[in-house]
Amino acid sequence: MTHLLTLIVVLPLVGAVLNGLLATHLRATPLSKTFVTTVGCGLPIASFLLAVQGFLQLQATGGAPVIDVAYTWARIGERSFEVAFYLDRLSAVMTLIVTGVGSVIHIYSTGYMKDDKSYARFFAYLNLFLFFMLSLVLGRSLLVLFVGWEGVGLASYLLIGFWFEDPVNAAAGKKAFITNRIGDAGFLLGMFLLYWAFGTLDMDRINVAYNSHVASMIPASLAGILLFIGASGKSAQIPLHVWLPDAMAGPTPVSALIHAATMVTAGVYLVARMSGLYLHAPTASAVVTVIGAATAFFAATIAIAQTDIKKVLAYSTVSQLGFMFVALGVGAYGVGIFHVYTHAFFKACLFLGAGSVIHALSGEQDIRKMGGLAKKIPVTFVTFAIATAAIAGIPPLAGFWSKDEILWNAYASSRGGSPLLWAVMAATALMTAFYMFRLLWLTFLGKSRMDPEVEHHVHESPLSMTGVLVALAFLSAVGGFVAVPHFLEPLLPLPQIPEAQHHFEMPLLALSVVIAAAGLAGAWFVYGGGTERATGLARQFASLHRTLYNKYFVDEAYERFIGRPLVWLSERVFLNLGDRVLLDGSLNGLARLAHRTAGAFSRVQTGNLHLYALFVLVGSIVVLAWSFRHG
Amino acid sequence: MDKLQFLLLVAVALFAIGLLGVIVRRNLLVMLMCMELMLNGVNLSLVAFAQQTGTAAGAVLVFLIFVVAAAEIAIAIPIVLLLARRRHTLEADAFADLKG
Repeated sequence: MTHLLTLIVVLPLVGAVLNGLLATHLRATPLSKTFVTTVGCGLPIASFLLAVQGFLQLQATGGAPVIDVAYTWARIGERSFEVAFYLDRLSAVMTLIVTGVGSVIHIYSTGYMKDDKSYARFFAYLNLFLFFMLSLVLGRSLLVLFVGWEGVGLASYLLIGFWFEDPVNAAAGKKAFITNRIGDAGFLLGMFLLYWAFGTLDMDRINVAYNSHVASMIPASLAGILLFIGASGKSAQIPLHVWLPDAMAGPTPVSALIHAATMVTAGVYLVARMSGLYLHAPTASAVVTVIGAATAFFAATIAIAQTDIKKVLAYSTVSQLGFMFVALGVGAYGVGIFHVYTHAFFKACLFLGAGSVIHALSGEQDIRKMGGLAKKIPVTFVTFAIATAAIAGIPPLAGFWSKDEILWNAYASSRGGSPLLWAVMAATALMTAFYMFRLLWLTFLGKSRMDPEVEHHVHESPLSMTGVLVALAFLSAVGGFVAVPHFLEPLLPLPQIPEAQHHFEMPLLALSVVIAAAGLAGAWFVYGGGTERATGLARQFASLHRTLYNKYFVDEAYERFIGRPLVWLSERVFLNLGDRVLLDGSLNGLARLAHRTAGAFSRVQTGNLHLYALFVLVGSIVVLAWSFRHG
Repeated sequence: MDKLQFLLLVAVALFAIGLLGVIVRRNLLVMLMCMELMLNGVNLSLVAFAQQTGTAAGAVLVFLIFVVAAAEIAIAIPIVLLLARRRHTLEADAFADLKG
């Protein structure tokens, strides 16, 4: 099939159009629901199957990239802008993640959103998201990627504010959208710079250009940093991380699909895709490493003190994205993608498990009001526990392999690895294990702290949800055995490890197992015997706890140092001085002048014909006299 | 005083009488008639100059003015009649409120 890639991308769009235009008119009949489910789930699955076919083709040809030009957008002189799709090993991995995890989350949503009155709208948005995400992943040029990039931002905005009747949700959507715009400004500037330097936006060509002639190295770090600003907006890195926790206002499947498994990893994908550039941009890579490490560390500390089940997972996502960026920063691009891949499984499983818990508790999200759920919803508990162990890095689950690879590269990579970086990341890994097991304990184990009313209604989720949980838990368990970095190595070579470092590999591996176990033990110690110990600790470190609970007051600081000055500037300077005084004032002044002059002259118009005739007479006499004098 | 001078004096006199009438008289019909006088004063001067220079342009212009004057009066008289029927007066000042 010649247009296989186009078909993969366009199928979800067809679903979005069908669901968005037709199904919303069909009203809530059982027939329309069947239609929405069939279209909404069927087309992503078809997309996934085609992606598998594309992957097999790629394997058969030994990894030679497939290029599919769907449409020539514009031709300017010699240069043409094409909507072209590009399948190589990297985009194949991402496409499989997006369509695969996307499909199962669609199936999960049929159960989770069953009673929602906007069922069709939900699936239309979800399909639209998949369309944009696939054009982001498969786009050959930065331009197509950017269109997808903005499109997923739009879909994210629509889905965060899906229950827009509540202003809080709408505000969260707006926050996500605006924060992303800041990043996008950097991304756009980076694109302009690259186009100016190379005359093309095709990412494979830019990478090749960087690898072949070193002369145009000058803007490499600048372009790298600008692109990373865009990536840090989309992937919620400091200082643009504030939108992701708020984005949890959307329905839980959305949090799983967009704000954990796929969209937020777009920044990681972008950096990995532009690896040719970043390999020649040591400064930009250092920035990526530092921001990634800082984000991973601080987000993990915040996650320890949160009490909303989805907020904990959100900060955990931010932290894990930091891990991925550290991998990218030290040049281990394949390892970063490996973590994207394992993270997609266990984080989707965690979010969907959280969704199942929320579903069971009729909307309760506060983990202080949970506990003892393990026996009541066993399938959710077991899958959640597996995913928790996976993210904590308990061997041999998926997260262990990717996280260990990241830690190892953070220690030993010749492109910026150092013991200090390793120590920061290891501390983060310890906290990850701790807060994840804390979450598991508070939610599922111990004594019940639920309201009796809620407890009475607790029920296991339907098969459409638990089935997906089991599948994702299975993948979280065994997904790590697929050697993604090795698969990607022809495309994204791994950094060189200095010879002297090699004998550290095994001790560090053992150490990361110890770290995960220590996190588990710590959580057991603090939360295993009721909540007394935890509240005691919180009281002992009250100011620290308050800082963490309030997320380092970043939102408040932004409000005070950016939000309010902006409002003041707009209101006082631009609105009052600029608009009201200068613009309105000058225009109103002119109008008032005309009005007054006209008022004075209008007195002449008395209605007295004879007076008019006299004016005419005087006028003609003046004209005559004037023409006599000057004639 | 030659013929042209005399004719021009008559023309100016006609125009001046007409203008004076328009300005001082209050009756609409009389004002209209005075306007005709002014027009005819102009016509007379045109004809006189045409005679003097021996060209036809002046005479042709006079015919044009006749046509325009006829059209003008054909509209003005009915307007005056309608006004008079409505207010039962021909005083120009009575219609000062038509100034708009």
